[in-house]
Amino acid sequence: MPKRTDIHSVLIIGAGPIVIGQACEFDYSGTQACKALKEEGYRVVLVNSNPATIMTDPEFADRTYIEPVTAECTEKIIVRELEEMKRLGVTGKLVLLPTLGGQTALNTAMALTKSGALERYGVEMIGANAEAIQKGEDRQVFKDLMISIGLDVPISGTAHTLEEARAVAESIGRLPLIIRPAFTLGGTGGGTAYNREEFDELSKRGLELSPVSEILVEESLLGWKEFEMEVMRDRADNCVIICSIENFDPMGVHTGDSITVAPTQTLTDKEYQIMRDASFAVIRAVGVETGGSNIQFGVCPDTGRMVIIEMNPRVSRSSALASKATGFPIAKIAAKLAVGYLLDEIRNDITRETPASFEPTIDYVVTKIPRFAFEKFPHADPTLNTQMKAVGEAMAIGRTFKESIQKCLRSLEIGRSGLGGDGKPWRIQGDMLDDRGPFPKDLLIQRLSVPNAERIFFIRHAFRAGFTIEDVFQLTKIDRWFLTQLQEIVALEEELAALKPAQGAQSAISNV
Amino acid sequence: MNGILTLEDGTVFHGQGFGARASACGEVCFNTSMTGYQEILTDPSYKAQIVTMTYPLIGNYGINRQDVESWKPHASGLAIRELSPVVSNWRSDLSLEAYMAENGIPGLQGIDTRALTKKLRVRGAMNGFISTEDISVEEALAKARSWPGLSGIDYVKEVTHPKRFEWDPDDTQSSDFRLTSGPSTGENPRQVRNPLPPADIPIVAFDFGMKYNILRRLRQYGFKVDVVPATTSAAEALKSKPAGVFLSNGPGDPSAVGYAIEAIREILKTGIPVFGICLGHQLLGQALGGSTFKLKFGHRGANQPVKDLESGRIEITSQNHGFAIDPKSLPAELSVNRINLNDQTVEGFRHKSKPFFSVQYHPEASPGPHDSTVLFGEFRDLITKR
Repeated sequence: MPKRTDIHSVLIIGAGPIVIGQACEFDYSGTQACKALKEEGYRVVLVNSNPATIMTDPEFADRTYIEPVTAECTEKIIVRELEEMKRLGVTGKLVLLPTLGGQTALNTAMALTKSGALERYGVEMIGANAEAIQKGEDRQVFKDLMISIGLDVPISGTAHTLEEARAVAESIGRLPLIIRPAFTLGGTGGGTAYNREEFDELSKRGLELSPVSEILVEESLLGWKEFEMEVMRDRADNCVIICSIENFDPMGVHTGDSITVAPTQTLTDKEYQIMRDASFAVIRAVGVETGGSNIQFGVCPDTGRMVIIEMNPRVSRSSALASKATGFPIAKIAAKLAVGYLLDEIRNDITRETPASFEPTIDYVVTKIPRFAFEKFPHADPTLNTQMKAVGEAMAIGRTFKESIQKCLRSLEIGRSGLGGDGKPWRIQGDMLDDRGPFPKDLLIQRLSVPNAERIFFIRHAFRAGFTIEDVFQLTKIDRWFLTQLQEIVALEEELAALKPAQGAQSAISNV
Repeated sequence: MNGILTLEDGTVFHGQGFGARASACGEVCFNTSMTGYQEILTDPSYKAQIVTMTYPLIGNYGINRQDVESWKPHASGLAIRELSPVVSNWRSDLSLEAYMAENGIPGLQGIDTRALTKKLRVRGAMNGFISTEDISVEEALAKARSWPGLSGIDYVKEVTHPKRFEWDPDDTQSSDFRLTSGPSTGENPRQVRNPLPPADIPIVAFDFGMKYNILRRLRQYGFKVDVVPATTSAAEALKSKPAGVFLSNGPGDPSAVGYAIEAIREILKTGIPVFGICLGHQLLGQALGGSTFKLKFGHRGANQPVKDLESGRIEITSQNHGFAIDPKSLPAELSVNRINLNDQTVEGFRHKSKPFFSVQYHPEASPGPHDSTVLFGEFRDLITKR
């Protein structure tokens, strides 16, 4: 299937201003899309209010609108562009590509669908249709869909009385449980219940706070392993996995705030293939016709039970990471698939000889570490949870996990040369602690048990203070495989520290 | 434990030994799968091969007793970048090094597997020698150079089951497991097994070094599988009046198993449906008049794109072969219906008028993607819809 010839102009919606949770990754994907579509001879129209983006440079689009990324503005742009195309005597269509500008672009496209604007002006959405976006975004619709195709999701139920809530808890059968009151602002009044008393209390409070006296009781996946799959699909239903990702931080920390590693480290081939099959089932059921999607999984470390957490029916933050980790340009290929190409009709940028219909295989480990800026937000709660707080990230590649995580920690520009042992002091709650000095045990326990930006460094401090892998695992639920890797780095540090400098080396060091 | 790997061209890799204290010769090949070292080690097709994994971190999830592809590991040795000091997986039964020690297989870690792979890509597959015993470099090089190599040697005889047997008559080995346990969360999901259909189609499977997952898949598609040794004659195999014949994967050079080609020729004369995988595909091709040649460095990995020329569909496939069918040698009544998109080599063919078809890759996966599982259904249809 060659590219579509009925299309003349493609309207790309950018991500607008950079905010926490949505940063330059969507400039990257949008820029790639602009280039790819221009290369194919389409007229590219771009809307993005952010002037500090590459995509808004004059050469990337045929027409760039520095205007608010809202449905109202975009509708006006559609009207203007249709008039312009008429004036030019163009016979081809104007289409909308909403999957490369993050959640902002997707929301804008959905608003245009709901207002009837797209239908009114005959503008087709390419890459994903409104129904698919709806299915991927609406939590309950998505959950029901997953169950209907035989996949597992976190068990939950709604309740309107305490008795109903207890019955739901009974059917789930184990604690902790999450209670979410319906229709409260920002989910206030919810919480995690670790015992029956807490459960009754939180349920009662939730029912009172909810204007419709309704709460959702859901099983907690705290401490489960978290995985991600980057999937691509073309119009002929060919599906490929571009990259698999394993999160260092277990469930409970937003993926954007988690240290993540590609490829997966602790899944056997059987388990990996089950996840791969599930990823294809999800993208097909949701109905993303072409392009990339990101699917998140939770896996119970003790039983291996695998549940689907969510899917993004668009290019996401992880897509940028996956592209750089594997050399497979997801956004560029997604743009080409959206205009009708098939995966085997697109050349692989790396080999230049083989087609894009393959699954990248790598001989290295890629680590991504989020970058936080809590020092600039003194009133923000530095605890990491399900709301993203990172302002950026760094990625590093190494032939071992140890190499890649050390490089990545060094890349964060937080003044550290790695996990530790660089001789620089640690500023903790206003105190300065010596790099290789003792750390109070209660501080270590507190910093390990509550996810925070510096937790990885506290794992080092804990190992140095004599904590075992098992101690740290119980406090963090970070997989023992990752902990063992960090312990090896600490062991090497200790080995180096124990060495006596050779004659003359001391003065050489002090001269540096 | 020190370890060494030498290649016939004089290359020497020093590293740390693990697994068994042992030495072995073999053809050195690389596999690009990022998961699946257990399936690779236990695949009989790796007989007489020293495997290096391009993915650097191996052993992370250990070994479990379920995911085996035969009764023991067959590779001569394993050379990797880094062996995990810890095992982390809920299904793991033992560590990779303990398993290799138990089975007498030497391992080497801490070597630059990327350099080794690049050498094999440029020079092609090479003979080599791996050892975790104290052996001099000179001796190790001499061993690598004096090994006769794979071409023309029959390794099938060493890995085929010696006696005829029925696969899994009580249905305990063949079900796939799921990682979802539905509403009840108490039980261990590995126990949640998919139900099996009745085994109502009797077939004979020639075991040239057959992977268990082929047998599991055949059973999952309703076949009752009578496994026969590689050396079985056509008359002996057909005695049980099967509805179809399956030709398995296996190690080494297809030209070295003339007896199997003879048997296949006889079977083809009866017009019974025949399906071949990997070595079985090469043997079927030879029996029908085609010839095979040795690839420079083979296809070994789980990400090989294959195009079905009839439907246009792409399958991401699991592959493990060093030989391939020469398309120019195939008679006119065969049509090449699948090709590898990386190098355009033949990945499958079918007979234009008779129920014979085969694929070069591994639709049973294990390790690798499940994109081609449907081929077992095609074999079933070929038999039931005649």
